[in-house]
Amino acid sequence: MSIQTIIAEDQPDSFAFTRESEKEIKKAISKYPEGRQASAVKSLLYIAQKQNDNWIPVKAIEEIAKRLDMAEMRVLEVASFYSMFNLKPVGKYYLQACGTTPCMLRGSDDVMRCIKDKLDISSGETSACGKFSLLEVECLGACVNAPILQVNDDFYEDLDYQSTKALLEALEADAPPPVGSVAGRQGSEAEGGATTLKTAKRSKKKG
Amino acid sequence: MPKLTVDGIEVDVEDGATVLQACEEAGAEIPRFCYHERLSIAGNCRMCLVDMERAPKPIASCAMPAGEGMVISTKSERVKKAREGVMEFLLVNHPLDCPICDQGGECDLQDQAMGYGHDASRYAENKRAVSEKYMGPLIKTVMTRCIHCTRCVRFSTEVAGVTDLGAIGRGENVEITTYLEKTIASELSANVIDLCPVGALTSRPYAFVARPWELIKVESIDVMDAMGANIRIDARGNQVMRVLPRLNEDINEEWISDKARYAIDGLRRQRLDKPYLRGKDGRLHPASWDDAFTAIAARLKKTKADKMAAIAGDQIDGEAMFALKSLFDKLGSPHMDCRQDGAKLSAKTRASYLFNTTIAGIDEADTILIIGSNPRIEAPVMNARIRRNYLHGRTPIAHLGTAADLTYPVEHLGDDISVLEQLAAGKHTFAKLMKKAKKPMVIIGMGALRRADGQAVMALMHQLAETTNMVNKDWNGFNVLHHAAARVAGLDMGFVPGKGGKDVAGILDGAAKGAIDFVWLLGADELDTSRLEQAFVVYQGHHGDKGAQCADVVLPGAAWAEKDGLYVNFEGRPQMARRAAFPPGDAREDWAIIRAFSERINKTLSFDNLAELREEMVAGVPVFANLDEVVPAKWGKFGKSGKLKGEPVEAGLATFYMTCAISRASETMAECYSATKADKSVMAAE
Repeated sequence: MSIQTIIAEDQPDSFAFTRESEKEIKKAISKYPEGRQASAVKSLLYIAQKQNDNWIPVKAIEEIAKRLDMAEMRVLEVASFYSMFNLKPVGKYYLQACGTTPCMLRGSDDVMRCIKDKLDISSGETSACGKFSLLEVECLGACVNAPILQVNDDFYEDLDYQSTKALLEALEADAPPPVGSVAGRQGSEAEGGATTLKTAKRSKKKG
Repeated sequence: MPKLTVDGIEVDVEDGATVLQACEEAGAEIPRFCYHERLSIAGNCRMCLVDMERAPKPIASCAMPAGEGMVISTKSERVKKAREGVMEFLLVNHPLDCPICDQGGECDLQDQAMGYGHDASRYAENKRAVSEKYMGPLIKTVMTRCIHCTRCVRFSTEVAGVTDLGAIGRGENVEITTYLEKTIASELSANVIDLCPVGALTSRPYAFVARPWELIKVESIDVMDAMGANIRIDARGNQVMRVLPRLNEDINEEWISDKARYAIDGLRRQRLDKPYLRGKDGRLHPASWDDAFTAIAARLKKTKADKMAAIAGDQIDGEAMFALKSLFDKLGSPHMDCRQDGAKLSAKTRASYLFNTTIAGIDEADTILIIGSNPRIEAPVMNARIRRNYLHGRTPIAHLGTAADLTYPVEHLGDDISVLEQLAAGKHTFAKLMKKAKKPMVIIGMGALRRADGQAVMALMHQLAETTNMVNKDWNGFNVLHHAAARVAGLDMGFVPGKGGKDVAGILDGAAKGAIDFVWLLGADELDTSRLEQAFVVYQGHHGDKGAQCADVVLPGAAWAEKDGLYVNFEGRPQMARRAAFPPGDAREDWAIIRAFSERINKTLSFDNLAELREEMVAGVPVFANLDEVVPAKWGKFGKSGKLKGEPVEAGLATFYMTCAISRASETMAECYSATKADKSVMAAE
């Protein structure tokens, strides 16, 4: 992993934050006391990534360094540390499949196999059509609805081979299904509906 | 003052000391890789684990502050096992390539694996491989060997003040690299080679050249700048192989500049190894010492004493200058000068040309004004001290002269010399700041003193020193920053125009107009030699540089690494440089050449060997007797008030890498020069 392999070969010549990003940046920086602006580096990297099709070009790193009065190297260190930041272009749909124990026990291998069958990509690759990228990640923190596939910012839960296939087809048609459990669970309630506290009524708040 | 027990020995340590320091105090050896006295604490190698009573697991002693009543054990079975374990982990990904590694024989990992590791490896899997990184022409990288101690990252950020180095990735995939693999833009960059505990960063020019146990080590002094950094010259046979820093807390601590370390390959190229005489065809032809001396003697006979002149160069040892001065005194000529650049320094008041605060004193200064100097180029290691002072106390620092990145923020006062008048009069805001300061210091570079109005600048500086109370009983904040290693010794012994004598400008003028017929250049190359064409020039030196090209007789001398010689650094600290090799061919030590020549013209100098010469020299200049010490100089009057000329203030040196005959002959320095230039052009293109 040299610098050439972690950053994209084709870099844009310039980078500028959009007006919406600027607003968010202002908010992010204002969270930290004067002289501690560098603390906002992760927020800024995320904002840059969001506005730039899910990846961060070198120019953005340099822009962030300038804004936060940091060394460019320090920003690159942070950007390369977190798997959340992409320093290379990714597909329109950035898939992060969890492969940690609970997901694995609940069939994340099937999800991964489906992606391989359908798109012919493994972790770290982008599909031939350029629409999908896959990264196998560690725990996404939704074990109760395992296995999980994160698509850009959204979680799709309770997946198996068939539902993954359906999800990918929907994404291919640019018609993402509603987020959450594909098995129709509400939040993390038990499969097949509630099994306890059936008689409890929801308290109605007054006023 | 916490008191703790280490292996049954009670020790008192200073507040803020770490457990590791306490263990050392108690005489226990603690292995370490990431910990370094002069860098911030990282605590990431885990090699320094020790047992602490009541702690559930071993602690990293480098990162644990020593506390009252701690009971530490460094010899327990658990500590031994912990060290073995850490060492095993470190070796998981470290290649077994010691036989082809340049660090071999002086490798911390090698030594500590021997001392604290397992006797065999249990690891059968493949090792990680890491691609090499480009870090410039000085640093060779074999990153597979890296153990991620981050010493290099911390050094470059904290000491050198450049943020190019960093660690990208995480976990097992961490890699040390420069930002987008650019050259490390620092004059101190090669110190990371010494810091690297393994063979990941090694010396590129020295790659596969020698093994440490083949080398003869000589403790000497660096002459690439006037700081007098303590170095160790390693030689094999008659060749200087490398230069390493030597510890001296008062001067260079343990760093040296890249020029000090790498200009030595210049010692092998363009050397003058036999005398030369200019023939009728206008070209230099090899000659014997005898012919050379005869030619000079014949010319001297025809020349009147007040038409002879001598100029001493920037890297000449005190002994040679003293010999030449004695010879010219005997000849009766007052025209001699050691201030090649024409700096308007007077030899009368010693305090007026010294760095009186001393280098160690920089740590105490609370306001700093830099005039006509770029200390980053002229004395990089000292500049690191100024930077440290800034980092510790956010010391206000102002800079008057060509704007430059000094690795710490400065208030740039522009490059208009008239600001000096406001400063001296106390009207300038920064002068007011200095007045309030307890320990203000001013650093004046040659850029402000070699000007035609240098005397007036000196007078203003004197005034500034007086008005801001810079000089008092226990503080002298007046500093002149030399970048010529020979300069202070020259001024100390009075290698300056005698009564009615001409200075360098006068000598050059005289040579062009016929008032000077005979010029003896003692290693003097930084001159406008075209103005010497009419005169008979004797060049005594070690390199075929500018001076030799204009000479009628060339006398091959020894370079600094090839003779024992006295150098006085800019603080006024006399130090001895030692011989590490012999001069090539027929070249001889400079004092001996002058002594032999004096006999030829029946003006025999009164010393027959180096010891007698030194005795005489010390009798003339008593401060030379205090080797390695700084004798505080008495404050006095200096400078002559006058009108300032309008030219902008420049730095003493404009570039770093090629500034003397040795560094100009060095291929490594030429590479560095083009590398930095290439980097700059990239930046300009962006």
